[in-house]
Amino acid sequence: MGSYLVRRFLLMALTLFGMSVLIFVMLRLVPGNIADILVDASGADPKEKAKIARELGIDRPIAEQYISWISGLSRGDLGYAYVSERPALEEIAPRIPISAKLAGMAIFFSILFGVPFGVISAVRQNTGLDYFLRVLSLSGLSLPSFWLGLLVLMAAVHWFGTIPIYDSNPHGFLQDVAMLGLPALVVGFRSSALIMRLTRSSMLEVLRQDYVRTARSKGATNNSVNYNHALRNALLPVVTVIGIEAAFLVGGLIVTETVFNIPGVARFLVEAILWRDYPIVQNLVMLIAFVVVMVNFLVDMAYMALDPRIKFAD
Amino acid sequence: MRLREAILAASSAALVWAAVPAFAQKAGGTLRISHRDNPPSASIHEESTISVNQPFMAVFNNLVFFDPREKVNSPDHIVPELAESWTYNADNTQLTFKLRQGVKWHDGKPFTSADVKCTWDSLAGHAPEDKAIIRKNPRKLWYSNLKEVKTNGDFEVTFVLGRPQPSFLTMLAGGYSPVYACHVPDRAMRSKPIGTGPFKVVDFKRNESIKLVKNPDYWKKDRPYLDAIDWKIVPNRSTRMLGFQSGEFDMTFDSDVTFPLLKDVKANKADAVCEARPTNVSSNLLVNRDREPFNNADIRKAMVLALDNKAFHDILSQGNDLEGAVMLPPPAGFWGMPKEQLPKLLGHSPDRKKTLAEAQELMKKAGYGPDKMLKIKVATRNIAIYRDPAVILIDQLKQIYIDGELEPIDTTVWYTKIQRGDYQVGMNLTGVGIDDPDVNFYENYYSTSDRNYTHYKNPEVDKLIDQQSAEQDREKRKQLVWKIEQILADDGARPIIGYNVANTCWDPKVKGILLQVNSIYNGWRFEDAWLDK
Repeated sequence: MGSYLVRRFLLMALTLFGMSVLIFVMLRLVPGNIADILVDASGADPKEKAKIARELGIDRPIAEQYISWISGLSRGDLGYAYVSERPALEEIAPRIPISAKLAGMAIFFSILFGVPFGVISAVRQNTGLDYFLRVLSLSGLSLPSFWLGLLVLMAAVHWFGTIPIYDSNPHGFLQDVAMLGLPALVVGFRSSALIMRLTRSSMLEVLRQDYVRTARSKGATNNSVNYNHALRNALLPVVTVIGIEAAFLVGGLIVTETVFNIPGVARFLVEAILWRDYPIVQNLVMLIAFVVVMVNFLVDMAYMALDPRIKFAD
Repeated sequence: MRLREAILAASSAALVWAAVPAFAQKAGGTLRISHRDNPPSASIHEESTISVNQPFMAVFNNLVFFDPREKVNSPDHIVPELAESWTYNADNTQLTFKLRQGVKWHDGKPFTSADVKCTWDSLAGHAPEDKAIIRKNPRKLWYSNLKEVKTNGDFEVTFVLGRPQPSFLTMLAGGYSPVYACHVPDRAMRSKPIGTGPFKVVDFKRNESIKLVKNPDYWKKDRPYLDAIDWKIVPNRSTRMLGFQSGEFDMTFDSDVTFPLLKDVKANKADAVCEARPTNVSSNLLVNRDREPFNNADIRKAMVLALDNKAFHDILSQGNDLEGAVMLPPPAGFWGMPKEQLPKLLGHSPDRKKTLAEAQELMKKAGYGPDKMLKIKVATRNIAIYRDPAVILIDQLKQIYIDGELEPIDTTVWYTKIQRGDYQVGMNLTGVGIDDPDVNFYENYYSTSDRNYTHYKNPEVDKLIDQQSAEQDREKRKQLVWKIEQILADDGARPIIGYNVANTCWDPKVKGILLQVNSIYNGWRFEDAWLDK
């Protein structure tokens, strides 16, 4: 186990290094930089452009820029944001908890609804409830979260005369949850639909296994069979999907943060890409990459907890 | 004569200010406004977008200002602000301002003539690099006639011009001409600017909000009425509209409500006060005259003749957009040619059948026809307000055997591409900071301007532009302006398809808002705004 972990961490470090090179090079391959954007829209004085490029260091050789960034990153210095001219850390840090809360709640909702509904759908296969839940999950997969978000906002205006506009200083925990709850439900709807469908199919497969029949013949109750024997084994592929969904969630967050006007990292990332704000984009992508790598690691660890037969060899 | 006019204007404006009853207004409250996007910075002098002007104009003062009680920005509606009065010398090449005393910057430092000098030294490019208070200067062209700024003590300043230029005072009156503080570094002006205006910046959080609070030491003792202005940055227009309808915002962003959206707003918030006004933003056609086959004047002419401006207006704004030439048409526009002269211009004839037939003939003459379509790419910025007219353009060009393909260009490279001439045909929108011929002509049509995107060069037009710029007689100047408009239209320099008209809405409790009808970039001081609640 020990050497597995060492190998695993080395692989993670290698992945992050590769990611850093990739994002750094790709950003510079995209046409236009911040100096072009700032100056071209307002008259394109080449002297002004050169001055800004010099000040920001984007006129230096690309390798030098990369070394400067990566050595700063290793010291915890993320550089300065080009647009706001403030330390990138100060720009990114306050936005992380907002998106983390939103993502956490979205995952929580998707598991909360996805897994139980998946189980119910499986154990009540081909009943009215099963059909209803299947239609619900299909709509979750096919409704774009942008459209769904707007629909929810319009409904809020129509029925309650208000919409949950984000406030950076919420009055207490409840307002915080209320402000993020609705967007989290919207962004989590798709994931919950996917989790539900997967749980259902996985459960159906497991419920047909011999050991389930054996458990029933031994007189185990339905609940015991469904939840103690079947669900635990059916969860393995679901956990994998939850891990993948956590990575895909960033895409959903961009849309949801835009529609619900939440100043999180996802919307900020899009804005930074449009402005070619390299320090913000590079560091945020690295942060997302780190989170994805860590989630995958935790998912692998979760396999072991769920199925004692799985062992990571030394 | 000009001295007397200036003094009369200044005193009558002062009288108007004094005579307006102040008892009806209520002080206090926070005005909540939605903002459409993330302002690139807070430094008005460094930017060219309403996204910066509208929220940050309230932080500053100008030397002179377009009277906020007048709908039309015109040379006749200029009132003093940080300058108490102004005079010209005998040959109209020196403009001297007496400055207001006792004015303080938001950090408590006194405002003096040195601030005026360093602001315009930087804008005219006369300041050494280490003393410049701006990093970039989109309106350098405005001040190319400014030779020197001289101070005479702490409260008098003289602008020395290379030649008489009546528009110079007008340019100083626009929202793009605030006085900056010499002692504040440019970086601070971009993030948390210091001004002398009615509101101070508390916080500018990117992607989130801009918070302004009342300046208790404002030199105008009974202003502003509001305690604060809270701008919330909401990039999604649907969310902004829903926020306004649900009462989260007291006011929409300027011109944010299109005519189709207006119906929704009114349906959900029947008491909303909504006002339509021309934005002085024109949609125009860019044809790269340096590239084949568009170096053929016949093809360029055919393209202009094929434009059905009315169809554009009907589709894009339910017929509310305005037909006009290079200057915004009257009555909103102060300088534009009278409506009855417009049909004489190329591309403005009401006889569509005839012009279309003429355009088809010209294309046939150039070797194109139904069996041999001219394949082109129509470049435009990849945002809806650009793409929508571009799609209509492509459809209309088909009638003259031009098969256009839409080429949406990312905003970040759009200006670079068109400045380099890296396009065939483009659909563009042009906003004019001030409804003034100098601002518009020098920026967009003068042969040496960087923003002359079609690279149109006509020495006769350059000469006429210089001539009108120096002309003191208003009526003679208008004739020259209309002559230039005629030539530019006939040459297809940058054919104007129309002038955008859009709505701004606010809650009925918001009072003291007056939208000026010939520029969206002016009139956002908010010092007269108040809340009736």
